[in-house]
Amino acid sequence: MSNTDTLPPADETTDVNPVGGIDQAVGDFQYDVNYEFDAGTGLNENTVRYISSVKKEAPWILEFRLKALKTFLEKPMPTHWATTDLNNIDFDKIRYYLSQGQKPKRTWDEVPDDIKKTFERLGIPEQERKFLAGVEAQFDSEAAYSNIKDIVAKQGVIFCNSTEALREHPEIFKKFFGKVIPTGDNKFSALNSAVFSGGSFIYVPPGVKVAQPLQAYFRINAENFGQFERTLIIADEGSEVVYMEGCTAPKFSTSTLHSAVVELVALKGAKIQYITVQNWANNVFNLVTKRGVAHEDAEIKWIDCNIGSRLTMKYPGVVLKGKRARGEVVSIALANDGQHQDTGAKMIHAADDTTSVIVAKSISVGQGRSTYRGQVHIPKHLKGCKNNTECDALLINTNSRTDTYPAITVRGDTHAVQHEASVSKVNEEQIFYMQQRGLTEAQAMSLAVNGFVNDLVRQFPMEYSVELKRLIDLEMEGSVG
Amino acid sequence: MSSLEIRDLHVALADSPEKPIVKGLTLTIKTGEVHAIMGPNGTGKSTLSKAIAGHPDYVITSGDVLIDGKSILEMEPDERARAGLFLAFQYPSEIPGVSIANFLRAAVQARMAEGEELDASGYYKRLYSKMDLLKIDRKFTSRSVNEGFSGGEKKRCEILQMAMLEPSFSLMDETDSGLDIDALKIVAEGVNAMRGEKLGVLLITHYQRLLDYIVPDFVHVMYDGRIVKSGDKNLALELEAKGYDWVKTELAAV
Repeated sequence: MSNTDTLPPADETTDVNPVGGIDQAVGDFQYDVNYEFDAGTGLNENTVRYISSVKKEAPWILEFRLKALKTFLEKPMPTHWATTDLNNIDFDKIRYYLSQGQKPKRTWDEVPDDIKKTFERLGIPEQERKFLAGVEAQFDSEAAYSNIKDIVAKQGVIFCNSTEALREHPEIFKKFFGKVIPTGDNKFSALNSAVFSGGSFIYVPPGVKVAQPLQAYFRINAENFGQFERTLIIADEGSEVVYMEGCTAPKFSTSTLHSAVVELVALKGAKIQYITVQNWANNVFNLVTKRGVAHEDAEIKWIDCNIGSRLTMKYPGVVLKGKRARGEVVSIALANDGQHQDTGAKMIHAADDTTSVIVAKSISVGQGRSTYRGQVHIPKHLKGCKNNTECDALLINTNSRTDTYPAITVRGDTHAVQHEASVSKVNEEQIFYMQQRGLTEAQAMSLAVNGFVNDLVRQFPMEYSVELKRLIDLEMEGSVG
Repeated sequence: MSSLEIRDLHVALADSPEKPIVKGLTLTIKTGEVHAIMGPNGTGKSTLSKAIAGHPDYVITSGDVLIDGKSILEMEPDERARAGLFLAFQYPSEIPGVSIANFLRAAVQARMAEGEELDASGYYKRLYSKMDLLKIDRKFTSRSVNEGFSGGEKKRCEILQMAMLEPSFSLMDETDSGLDIDALKIVAEGVNAMRGEKLGVLLITHYQRLLDYIVPDFVHVMYDGRIVKSGDKNLALELEAKGYDWVKTELAAV
């Protein structure tokens, strides 16, 4: 490529593994690749300038990134409330940018047998398995993506990646970008703001109801998976859109740090539903900031399912900015051995007669740990706000762990707030009962867990709920004996 | 014809194996037969049925249980179930979020060979016919197993499972407890409809009442962890008339 020589030199170490840093012994691959567009390891001003110049960005974006970098470096780790495991992230060993189009190369024979088996058990089609294992960069996603893109374009819907959006639609992008989640919201939103690449941009014009869910899955597969995705979805007045990201297949990320920022804007009377199913390899730090602003009579619903990863921190939120706005978070988290799912929701009421609902269910298996953190804020000057929070935790083994930290601040006397929490353990009697009907102990466990999340899983699209069930079966297999 | 053979069985709680509850019980049940075990509370009747089914709270300290001459004691509870053993629980567990239809489907599927697919329409047809027999509303199939069920509903749900899984041997633990007379009749009708060459039943009960509706071929009186008296259905009537004290006195006299 012609512009490489003007860029800072790529990392010169003999490190053949772009993942770097954190222990990779479990669940991930060693990549042996040679990246032409590579920002090297470590993070400084040059890294940010490099990314911005590769992307040929406008000067205001570079300014935005550099400012964000400063914020990131200044902000302390949030370990005064979050786990100290965060201190194990070695920011100097992480690569912050790999060019799109440069794909890892590996043969199917090199993929470990247990991973092949997992794919097989999940019923993932042959072609797709190869992609997920990093053998083949893409299958027919490109076609599927451009197909969806063309269909929705007829309704005036813009569906593209954030880089393209910055180039093609700067006027819309700039207006909303970074407004829902300011750079300084937290250390990782600042990091994302400095080095973001990839992610989706969607704009739905007034009154347009997008008939089919827009799937990031195809879009992401058609490119390369971004570790610092930046997604912005704007639903203009009276429009409706459903967005789905992720898939239940284990995602073998090339990086051990994934830090995305997702901003949603639902203008007057608009509806956005954002569905995530993620199953990370268990060496990944998944630190994501997701928030939406719901204007008058608008609705935002997050459906979030987190499986895998070493540590996930994610609290989808809704700022209920307009009267009668509605926010909802439905969350499922499954923490297995060596995993910590620190998830929850934030509901910030900022107008009268606004409603929020949080339903969170977590499952801790083996030495897995799940944490629920919820924030509900209703200030004194508002009237007629409602919140309903329900968080249930299921413990599978005696050494499984769960914690609940609900923070509910309600002032004023015209609001209705309800909070319910429960912790249960799959009991021996239940398992014996099911075994007595001929189910193996593992099958009985799976059934109990699937039953526990059943009412939430039903809210997922059909194909996701079927995959989820299978995934839970698989996760439960190692939990007995 | 199959047989379930209980040989000189000794059972204790796993927590305190030095204190036996069942103390040398011997009994053979053949398919086609209905046996009733009667006895006062705390005599080890429920312990017997749970231990045979492999409940982890109990330990078998000596003796054996065999199906067709083959010991089942090394088998996991689910293997015993698939070998043809069914336990109708006195207190069935609730399984939130799992519908009866899905639960039974999983149980039926568990009995099929690997790779063999369940015929869904055939399954529902069979399920509905059994439900009709037991006068269970079809809406029941989508309710979570035993969750929020009345005592009678729970027992009918047990019988429904038994009907669907077609065991060779069914141990029915206090199936009559918590039932009013109408529910008792329905449950008895269900069991009677299943009676035949392919099924052996062990009824565990405290009262004679159930035996008016499910008439046993053999009646055994259990006392202090052992069978102390056996006879035909008339023994149950005698017991009802004279009370358990009669057995105790007889025993003392020996």
